[in-house]
Amino acid sequence: MAVVFQKTKGLTDKPTHYCPGCGHGIIHRLVAESLEELGVLDKAIGVAPVGCAVLAYEYFNCDMQEAAHGRAPAVATGIKRVHPDKVVFTYQGDGDLAAIGTAEIVHAAARGEKITTIFVNNAIYGMTGGQMAPTTLIGQETTTTPYGRNAERNGYPIRVSEMLATLSGAAYIERVAINDIRNIRNAKKAIKKAFEIQLAGKGFTLVEILSTCPTNWGMSPVEAMNWLKDNMIPYYPLGVFKSPEEVK
Amino acid sequence: MAKGRVRFKEDLCKGCELCTTVCPVKIIIMDKERINVKGYTPATVKEMEKCIACGSCATICPDCVIEVERID
Amino acid sequence: MGKVLMKGNEALAEAAIQAGCRHYFGYPITPQNEVAAYMAKRMPEVGGVFLQAESEVSAINMIYGAAGAGARVMTSSSSPGISLMMEGISYIAGAELPCLIVNIMRGGPGLGDIQPSQSDYFQATKGGGHGDYRLVVFAPATLQEMVDLVQEAFDVADRYRNPVMILGDGMLGQMMEAVEFKQKPCTELPVKDWATTGKGTRTRNNIINSLELDPIKLEEHNKKLQKKYEEIAKNEVRYEMYNCENADIIAVAYGTTARIVKSAIQEAKKEGLNVGLIRPITLWPFPVEPFEKVADKVKAFISVEMSAGQMVEDVKLAVNGKKPVYFYGRIGGMVPEVKDVLGEFRKIAGGER
Repeated sequence: MAVVFQKTKGLTDKPTHYCPGCGHGIIHRLVAESLEELGVLDKAIGVAPVGCAVLAYEYFNCDMQEAAHGRAPAVATGIKRVHPDKVVFTYQGDGDLAAIGTAEIVHAAARGEKITTIFVNNAIYGMTGGQMAPTTLIGQETTTTPYGRNAERNGYPIRVSEMLATLSGAAYIERVAINDIRNIRNAKKAIKKAFEIQLAGKGFTLVEILSTCPTNWGMSPVEAMNWLKDNMIPYYPLGVFKSPEEVK
Repeated sequence: MAKGRVRFKEDLCKGCELCTTVCPVKIIIMDKERINVKGYTPATVKEMEKCIACGSCATICPDCVIEVERID
Repeated sequence: MGKVLMKGNEALAEAAIQAGCRHYFGYPITPQNEVAAYMAKRMPEVGGVFLQAESEVSAINMIYGAAGAGARVMTSSSSPGISLMMEGISYIAGAELPCLIVNIMRGGPGLGDIQPSQSDYFQATKGGGHGDYRLVVFAPATLQEMVDLVQEAFDVADRYRNPVMILGDGMLGQMMEAVEFKQKPCTELPVKDWATTGKGTRTRNNIINSLELDPIKLEEHNKKLQKKYEEIAKNEVRYEMYNCENADIIAVAYGTTARIVKSAIQEAKKEGLNVGLIRPITLWPFPVEPFEKVADKVKAFISVEMSAGQMVEDVKLAVNGKKPVYFYGRIGGMVPEVKDVLGEFRKIAGGER
């Protein structure tokens, strides 16, 4: 008899507050498993965002700091400059990273800060009840785009991975998704690779993970996974946008 | 084909039903007869002998409800 | 070590290095750019980290992260940049992190000008950031005092796990005076066993946080902070009393303005006017004790500031209605002149005010 799946030590015992079917649950686990499998849980320091994952410091089984909205890459910079030998990561949503935090993420990437950013893109603001995010799709209805996002009124969604890939300090940027088993397995590979590249000291790494928000999208978790596949992946293509020349 | 056994920590289940969509042998059902301590209908397996220990259910579960063993 | 002639901004940077600060995160803003430039050159020499952030917002959050990770850290800025740091300062205070923030004040509000000012007194002592918190605020009047206070500031920050501010002004930042970096005796400081250093063999995860969604617990946390502030108010007040015995009028001033007032007091003596000076060295906690000592014996108080009148409110509170409290100030980057301050003393003495 062999164990095929058991909960990782990288997560605490605290049951999460996330909605049923929320992508955060899956993504937290992939990050925690990666840290455990790389054997770096005891030297990991994470930075939690403001957003649904604000309580992430209760779920990851390592040292954590809670940051102000959007500031996680700056906080992580401070931590990594003090402890260059530790594995430092930020976990951020689309408002945290792509709205209020655009300066911080761009400059952390430009400086090549040796941190890993886990960027959860679910095209909406979850915690505050479903407002438009910088990554909300054209036509998507939210509480602040009740008639559907309109390019004329509300501008266009931002493709963060492509944008950050233009920066020389960014060593590895990949976009993945968690809507089915194959994509979840690829997402984990990408997350693990990002941490490995940080450990190799190559520069800034980011994994953008397309995720769902069933509650604010107004659909069931199963429907939400399909909506992700049909609507988000065409606009936010999966793949590697930046990779280091050679990974140890 | 491998044989497997899954265990559901039912009180952690939020009834999201994602596991039911990825089981290749379609043995995961939502037990409409019961609700757990959180008030959700938990996922469960009635035909355990068909389990192939693929681990897909545990892979997609957001709440680490499921443990999977392979029995050889 | 001996005395060295240095520019204020550079002296304060060197003082931080001497105090063991090895991490500086900041952003350029006049009139304190020399701090960053000095740190950029000096930090690599001592194996420390200098990082120019993309904004003051980012800088203060780097301070938060580094302080949370257990380092002795510092930033510096000037009025508009300090405004940008207010969110971060509130978070630092809420998470109980030690750090030093230096504000080399300039004229405001808004973009203002680059000349010296003291118009950030309210911002430093009455909040600035949101929530029930306090910054320990030091106000040096000479470069030697500034250099000495830097060491003390780091120790106070560590002792109480609180952000500490040194409130300077453009004059202090730009002037040159002889300073000596004295070897301070090693004080017992608490071990930072709460810092995020990576779990290692620790069983407990260290969490740096200011969020507490349960209001009962948040009230408890706030009460704990308030108790801390009471301790600080009991132990860390600093002030100077100059020529206060037999004085008829007491001037109250801090920083650069205090030096101008001292000159005016010396001039006043020649005319037979006996004026004393209460010089707060901590603006928070504000020194109430010296006012209680002299209020019954004098005719009036006058607060002299480079602002439209900010510290004067705390002077009034300390005097508690016993005697009149007047104000004289220059605003927007203008510096008071000795002759004008003297004129105000004459007016009070002559009953014109």
